[in-house]
Amino acid sequence: MTKSSKTTNESRRDFLKITAVGGLAASAPMIFMKSAHAYLNEPKGATVTLGFNVPQTGAYADEGADELRAYKLAVKHLNGEGDGGLLNTMKPLSLKGSGILGKKVQYVTGDTQTKSDAARASAKRMIEKDGAVMITGGSSSGVAIAVQSLCQEAGVIFMAGLTHSNDTTGKDKRKHGFRHFFNTEMSGAALAPILEKEFGKDRVAYHLTADYTWGWSQEGSIKKYTEALGWKTQSAVRTPLGAGDFSQYITPVLNSGADVLVLNHYGKDMVNSLTQAVQFGLRDKQVNGKDFQIVVPLFSRLMAQGAGENIKGIFGSTNWNWSLKDAGSQAFVKSFGAEYGFPPSQAAHTCYVQTLLYANACEMAGTFNPCGVIAALEGFKFDGMGNGPTEYRAEDHQCFKDVLVVRGNENPSSQFDLLEVVDITPRAKVEYPPSMLGGDLGSCNA
Amino acid sequence: MQTIITSSRTRDTIILALFALIVLTAPLWGQLIGAGYPDLLQKFAIFGLFAIGYNIMFGLTGYLSFGHAAFLGVGSYTAVWSFKLLSMNAIPAVLFAILLSGLFAAAIGFLSLRRTGIYFSILTLAFAQMSYNLAYSVLTPITNGETGLRVLRDDPRVIDTALGIQVGSSPLSDFFGLTLTGYPGFYFCAVMLILGFWFSLKIFRSPYGMKLLAIKSNQVRMEYTGFNTRPYLLSAFVISGMYAGLAGSLMAITDPLAGAERMQWTASGEVVLMTILGGLGTLFGPILGATTIKYFENIFSAFNEQVLHQAFDFLPQVLTDLMVAITSPFVGEGWHLTLGVLFMIIIIFIPGGLIEGIERFRRLFRRRHQPPGENPPGSRSHSSRGPAT
Repeated sequence: MTKSSKTTNESRRDFLKITAVGGLAASAPMIFMKSAHAYLNEPKGATVTLGFNVPQTGAYADEGADELRAYKLAVKHLNGEGDGGLLNTMKPLSLKGSGILGKKVQYVTGDTQTKSDAARASAKRMIEKDGAVMITGGSSSGVAIAVQSLCQEAGVIFMAGLTHSNDTTGKDKRKHGFRHFFNTEMSGAALAPILEKEFGKDRVAYHLTADYTWGWSQEGSIKKYTEALGWKTQSAVRTPLGAGDFSQYITPVLNSGADVLVLNHYGKDMVNSLTQAVQFGLRDKQVNGKDFQIVVPLFSRLMAQGAGENIKGIFGSTNWNWSLKDAGSQAFVKSFGAEYGFPPSQAAHTCYVQTLLYANACEMAGTFNPCGVIAALEGFKFDGMGNGPTEYRAEDHQCFKDVLVVRGNENPSSQFDLLEVVDITPRAKVEYPPSMLGGDLGSCNA
Repeated sequence: MQTIITSSRTRDTIILALFALIVLTAPLWGQLIGAGYPDLLQKFAIFGLFAIGYNIMFGLTGYLSFGHAAFLGVGSYTAVWSFKLLSMNAIPAVLFAILLSGLFAAAIGFLSLRRTGIYFSILTLAFAQMSYNLAYSVLTPITNGETGLRVLRDDPRVIDTALGIQVGSSPLSDFFGLTLTGYPGFYFCAVMLILGFWFSLKIFRSPYGMKLLAIKSNQVRMEYTGFNTRPYLLSAFVISGMYAGLAGSLMAITDPLAGAERMQWTASGEVVLMTILGGLGTLFGPILGATTIKYFENIFSAFNEQVLHQAFDFLPQVLTDLMVAITSPFVGEGWHLTLGVLFMIIIIFIPGGLIEGIERFRRLFRRRHQPPGENPPGSRSHSSRGPAT
């Protein structure tokens, strides 16, 4: 008994000694790590590093691969290589095609795995190890929101890639985060008049919703606008992200009494759920004396490619499509096509534009300091980037521009000509007051 | 008798001191292998702890649990709720996480430990998968589902409010005023890791640890000699669950966010891999395994063709392209492939894991230079491996 109590006593003393020594050792490196920079990751050499954080695996991997292609192209153009792309059409333009502020642009890449944890780990590596001064990318709103708040905490800029949830620039908006892509509120506002015209005012909708922030947001927006038309919502079922098989969710739709299926899915999930819905014969059905219809509120050409024949005649909205005829879109399609041999997706477009906008803002501010860059981007009005006149609203860092309503092309002229632009909804019709979605930007952190 | 005890105690102190030194100087040696940045070092420490705890169950008793990620998740959620409701201070978060994951482990262990072998593994897997699905889509008011639970500025935080502590626009955890991100966050995790290692060392050297080992070598014989093995198994299960909870809370402390994917079965599988890769049932093995896997995940996955081209730049152009073409499937998104190959090589040639590899290397070295001495300290306290149940 005495022996054992002695043992514990001594080991406690040993332990205290070790902790004390450890504490000293721990504090030693801290002294050297005190930074001499004015702001985090200030580029001191001849280069500046950007971090491209995209999903390379998981349900959104196709989008991620296309985003990465666009980023590489943007870096080329910024460094004055290639044909210059949108540098030729962007107005107003401060970039000179010699890097950013005379520094050559370098990049690091990472895989978000469409998981918040992995995305944050990858972004942290870019910030802490590789010295990235700006993080961009993401093809999921959950990831975008997680990385955006990380960038706010760390004090670097986050240029959101493909993220469509209202929350990114709504209740989860941050001073350091900027979004060029549109959101579900705009999708709802743009789609509703077309749905009314095509399907009438007396419809019963059934929602299948990806169970995370974007799905909830889109379900809410579509409900809000369709119910304003007089539609009823039969039910809204949540499905896990990356489910793969949706048959168990689609079977109940058949006998639910609903005559419109709204698929709040994206990426491979949407390809799978739409294909299965069509295989189950939903589109050949007659319910309540009307043809059964399927709506995919957020559409992309990559998904259309995955879904093949099933996409024909289905309505949705999109941020940008390669078939647009304005000078900016044409220039981007041309240089992307020359580089990779096929046209870019909307994900590629928004990521490319975001990189250029960031670079341009640095030139305007004359510094990489995030506070200066934020000031330059807030309220920035530009044109020639494929969406017509666009404004980065200062109050919520959301871009406001026209929204495209598209339909799956019945007679595609090529394997890429899959979406037909039905309507271009002007900016004024999709705009909303910044206070509507709540949230608080906070302040610049540098 | 007294001298033997003293010498083994001195040896343990040396092991612990050495371990502490290695852990605390990680920012320095991490720099050499390209891992010297806080986030990865934090991951090393956190998953090291997770694996140490797991090793107490799997390594000592031989019971293969496939559900330890559930405790990691419970720890994370508890810590974030502690940040939201009580205080941004890390101490209550750690304490509550350990407590709650311990209770959770007691409940799951109580049910699962009625069976042995594969049935036990399947039961734990089932419970973990249930927890994951609950966190993902049923208990969304508590877990916020796929989006993940985050700390918000307008959370109540009763203790902080009572003490008049203000938080910024994005609240960060702290240790009495010291913000626990970056290197301070790593040192906090490192101290926890050293404490955890010390506790594990004590268990390995104790009669209690011997009994766990006896269960591994022959549980039936143990029962025939009059031992009731279940309390031992359950306590080992709870202890390893508490380690996982601690690791989970540290994840939330260094990055105030908790997501359901931490509870997924792949996360449970990962800790099994870490333990086996490093060396099952050894003191250092699990930490070594955890470090190796996290290193691969974070460093190899970041290599792209640009990096490869730079690496093979010294070769002629044709050879460079060839080497890049050969190696590129194994880096970047292909890092799983490299890890798989490494895992296979280790299991086939050195089944005792990296620790056995190091041991063999050292023996080879010793045979050449000096006559074999006494049993070297610090590793392979026993040689039995494989499930005994």
